[in-house]
Amino acid sequence: MAGFKSTETYIASRDLEVAVNAAVALQRPLLVKGEPGTGKTVLAHEVAKALGYPLIEWHIKSTTKAQQGLYEYDAVSRLRDGQLGDPRVHDISNYIVRGKLWDAFDADQPVVLLIDEIDKADIEFPNDLLLELDRMQFFVYETRQTVVAKHRPIVIITSNNEKELPDAFLRRCFFHYIRFPDRETMERIVHAHFPNIRQDLAREALNVFFQIRGVQELKKKPATSELLDWLKLLMIEDLPAEVLRSQDPKVAIPPLYGALLKNEQDVHLFERLAFLSRRQQR
Amino acid sequence: MFATFILALREAGLPASITEYLTLLRAMKEGVAEYSVEDFYYLSRATLVKDERHLDRFDRVFGEVFKGLEPPEGDLRQALPEDWLRKLAEKLLTEEEKAAIKSAGGFEALMELLKQRLKEQKGRHQGGNKWIGTAGTSPFGAYGYNPEGVRIGQDESRHRRAVKVWDKREFRDLDDNVEIGTRNMKLALRRLRRFARQGAATELDLPDTIRATANNAGTLDLKLVPERHNAVKVLLLLDIGGSMDDHVRISEELFSAARSEFKHLEHFYFHNCPYERLWRNNRRRRESEISTFEVLRTYGPDYKLIFVGDASMSPYEIVQPGGSVEHWNEEPGTVWMNRLNGHFRRSAWLNPMPEETWGYYASIGLMRQLMEGRMFPLTLGGIEAMTRELSR
Repeated sequence: MAGFKSTETYIASRDLEVAVNAAVALQRPLLVKGEPGTGKTVLAHEVAKALGYPLIEWHIKSTTKAQQGLYEYDAVSRLRDGQLGDPRVHDISNYIVRGKLWDAFDADQPVVLLIDEIDKADIEFPNDLLLELDRMQFFVYETRQTVVAKHRPIVIITSNNEKELPDAFLRRCFFHYIRFPDRETMERIVHAHFPNIRQDLAREALNVFFQIRGVQELKKKPATSELLDWLKLLMIEDLPAEVLRSQDPKVAIPPLYGALLKNEQDVHLFERLAFLSRRQQR
Repeated sequence: MFATFILALREAGLPASITEYLTLLRAMKEGVAEYSVEDFYYLSRATLVKDERHLDRFDRVFGEVFKGLEPPEGDLRQALPEDWLRKLAEKLLTEEEKAAIKSAGGFEALMELLKQRLKEQKGRHQGGNKWIGTAGTSPFGAYGYNPEGVRIGQDESRHRRAVKVWDKREFRDLDDNVEIGTRNMKLALRRLRRFARQGAATELDLPDTIRATANNAGTLDLKLVPERHNAVKVLLLLDIGGSMDDHVRISEELFSAARSEFKHLEHFYFHNCPYERLWRNNRRRRESEISTFEVLRTYGPDYKLIFVGDASMSPYEIVQPGGSVEHWNEEPGTVWMNRLNGHFRRSAWLNPMPEETWGYYASIGLMRQLMEGRMFPLTLGGIEAMTRELSR
């Protein structure tokens, strides 16, 4: 079967490949969790690219309702049009606004549907989508019409674990937890993104990066996306690798740290560590 | 086909259901796993585990069912005579002692030593630093401390040589019975936030809508206001000093994690048991002291009260007037605990001591009684149980 594999720009571990292929084969949603910045959202883009399907993205916010993914009935516009005597008002379907799920169901070819950060929404959100994701159909009350998926879309759901998802929802999904990549995988990822990077720079940068991640008290540990941003900056600045070599992060803050440390408490922490170790050396 | 596997998973407390089992079978039929054991492992994991905290448990069960491995930890009683392993006197080692124990070299050296010791040893020993028994500092046996200690009954070398993916147990940190790092702590504390925002939706502001519509000469103009948020208020009381020194770090992690999660979070320190005074800054304790009565007056009953402490002290510190180790307290700790618990509608106690050891301390039992059983271990699972209790 046509499977999903690591691509030139996206390094997927074998377990992720199996999980994606299972979700594709059984046409069930795949739930992806993991630390922020480990490539959960990018996965959907890559799956779409690998299978040659278009991607429909639905980004969830705290105010998003499940119904908005299906359709919305814009009663206020209709009321206003009614007051103004617009002839469109007689057909209710003029005021049905399609949601992302409808778009995905109605597409003429299978699509990849990304439901991003599902945990941001209200607790009831996943429950409200149970049937729709299971049967891949829903009913529009206003027009008495049933929307059935022409092709079952491949649904990829990401979560940052801010909320627990209901069991009934989980039971219908495949689940994959993206672990933080080890050094070897990280090297492959770096080379996939920056094929022209100087070997010594990449090596030293990875050293510093993993040392920083090793500092326990950090509030937000830098992840893959931060590392890639940082490397890009290092390459633009064209810093020599020696600058990084002596840089035990406990001795000095790494150059261009803004890409790695995203929170002023963490920067303070590093400044304090650097200060302490300098004092000890004296 | 894999019914035993599913049953074993359920026995281990993993909520695998029939639906998921059938899904797995269908996926097998579709050829997702393609006759590779490793792929089958990945596939069954993606199908049957839905929570990263269960991954470690899954790995263990997978290993047992498909390889007939010995259960890795905890069940060593079968391997050694029971009375050897009964933990009669778990020796509490000081830091110097811990440092003083020298690592006995590499693994091979350890096994060599073990062979020798087994030859030399005649009877059962306890508390020494050479013989095999319990609670000693010898590298062999259980419950003792040695940086390179070996658990007898577990053929380490065999496991090491043939490490399979599921044997590596890489998800151990995510198991919810393990103690907590800051990130995990945040996760657990987010459960508390759940009832902090009951729907972030907006609601119709009727008076304003009517006024705006009238202003608009009858053309509808909707006005919405954000729904009022019912923020969780938390009052944190942290035990500091004395027996808590070992746990200060983890308490501080809890504290720092809690800090960023709540809008209304107040914290105070106490020592061993709260009495008539609490303080806000441990370094400037004298200046930042505040009367407990004032705390009760300042913070309404709608605050959730969370104690963090090991509750390990002399029972007199709880039940006797003047029992405190650092000053003369007019009223016993029980009175103050009852006052605090009576004032705040919801309260709980988080204890960093491992739950298994609670039975050994009279004071923990007392405190637990005062908390009416609402004492939870400082683990992800414990925090979850606590937040459930607090939000009930």
